[in-house]
Amino acid sequence: MKKLINCVPGWAARWTLGLLPFVLCLVLYLVASNARLAENQHDKLLPSFSSIAGAIDRAALTPDKRSGEYIFWQDTAASLWRLTLGVGISALSALIIGVLNGAIPYLRAPLSPFVTALSLVPPMAILPILFIVFGLGELSKVMLIVIGITPFLIRDIQQRVLEIPSEQLIKAQTLGASTWQIIVRVILPQTMPRLLASVRLSLGAAWLFLIAAEAIAATEGLGYRIFLVRRYLSMDVILPYVVWITLLAFLLDWLLRKISRLCYPWFHAQTENA
Amino acid sequence: MALIEIRNLWKEYGSQVVLEQLNKTVHEGEFVTIVGASGCGKTTFLKLLLGTESPSRGQLLLDGEPMVAEPGEERGIVFQRYSVFPHMTVLDNVVLSSELKSSPFLGRLFGKARKEAEKSSIEMIEAVGLGHALRKYPHELSGGMQQRLALAQSLIKRPRILLLDEPFGALDPGIRADMHQLVLSLWREHKLTIFMITHDIKEGFYLGTRLWVFDKHRVDPQAPNAYGAQITYDLPVDRSAQKTAEKIVSPTQIKLAVGAA
Repeated sequence: MKKLINCVPGWAARWTLGLLPFVLCLVLYLVASNARLAENQHDKLLPSFSSIAGAIDRAALTPDKRSGEYIFWQDTAASLWRLTLGVGISALSALIIGVLNGAIPYLRAPLSPFVTALSLVPPMAILPILFIVFGLGELSKVMLIVIGITPFLIRDIQQRVLEIPSEQLIKAQTLGASTWQIIVRVILPQTMPRLLASVRLSLGAAWLFLIAAEAIAATEGLGYRIFLVRRYLSMDVILPYVVWITLLAFLLDWLLRKISRLCYPWFHAQTENA
Repeated sequence: MALIEIRNLWKEYGSQVVLEQLNKTVHEGEFVTIVGASGCGKTTFLKLLLGTESPSRGQLLLDGEPMVAEPGEERGIVFQRYSVFPHMTVLDNVVLSSELKSSPFLGRLFGKARKEAEKSSIEMIEAVGLGHALRKYPHELSGGMQQRLALAQSLIKRPRILLLDEPFGALDPGIRADMHQLVLSLWREHKLTIFMITHDIKEGFYLGTRLWVFDKHRVDPQAPNAYGAQITYDLPVDRSAQKTAEKIVSPTQIKLAVGAA
């Protein structure tokens, strides 16, 4: 008998084992839901799959009676737009500031402590300020995401730039590179995959800020809908929305990972050897 | 005229003297190998030549002019590791220097200009024996091949001096022997002036035309940092010296070996 640490599951076993917890949760839900519905058929806490399917049908497949829109897709589009805009702005500004901070000591000296201080401000605490300054429109929601994740991204990128071996920077200088050329040819390309990695890590926080902002002031969006139907205890809507948000988060993460592997094969080969 | 002149060169960090009173002249085409115990200042000396450190006292002249205390085009460098850019293919690594020269803003060349730059780069890459690996990334190359690439990358700039910081320290003995042949042939062909730090005295004798031993002349046991290292031996190396190299195992034995020869 091999030691436990040396027993590795094969392909089929890994998939089966990986799916097992999901199946168990589903079964557990079904049993609990049936038990509650048997007691009270109007129970709203654990709706049956058929009533969830009904809710999905009403939200996603039939147009809203009042507006004629498909609420579910409208919410999804609104949320994804805010999220990608917020994350995009954050990533771009973090790339610029982070790379400059990491590369140029005279910029790092004044900016680095300031960014560190900024990153410690709890973004949710300044959400009211954002609503006051930017109004209740799209801008304040996007700004919350930007303010929430940019300082983290900047600090991470700065750190990654500082981790580039000094030998490379010296070598580039002996090849005749100027400061600017070192940034565009040596530092920036090596920072891109690292930026994608930190964006993936910050997506969780971005979703958090998005849903929080939508919950407080919005007229559409996934977070808005969840908090709206909470008033009616509509678990049949909340549950599929939560699953959908999780799925979107997973897909975004997967997409970023694919892009990174496709565009920066040298980076992934490097990190796996290390 | 001398290529490099070292005039009363000192390097101190606070009260710690690392190098003291170096006076040497190096002519074009010399291959200087530098040996010495760990922490005796040979890397500091290389950093002075490279320009990442500046002398505390004295002067370091290149072609009669003080050397700029910043790494520049007249110096080529190959480190023990991290000398090539991991995000560029072999070809891109070597083409880089001409791209930097002709394209100050983007640092990139396209179309015809790029093709032109590639031509001489490919010749250089073939000269170091990497012609089959043009499109490969450094992580796909072995340690020895990465060092070959680093050499090609530096040599295409035609540097006035080439600095090698234990370039073969991390390689297997067999590969190292191949690299010795490569360096010697490149040195002859391009008439290079080379400074090479090595831990391996035999390598020092085998490759160099001149061998420097860095060591402290005086040691005060109460203040080990009070005196810095000097070049205690400056040996012209010829075939007979290479034979004495066979007998030598450690720097302290040089004295005995040289005395016997």
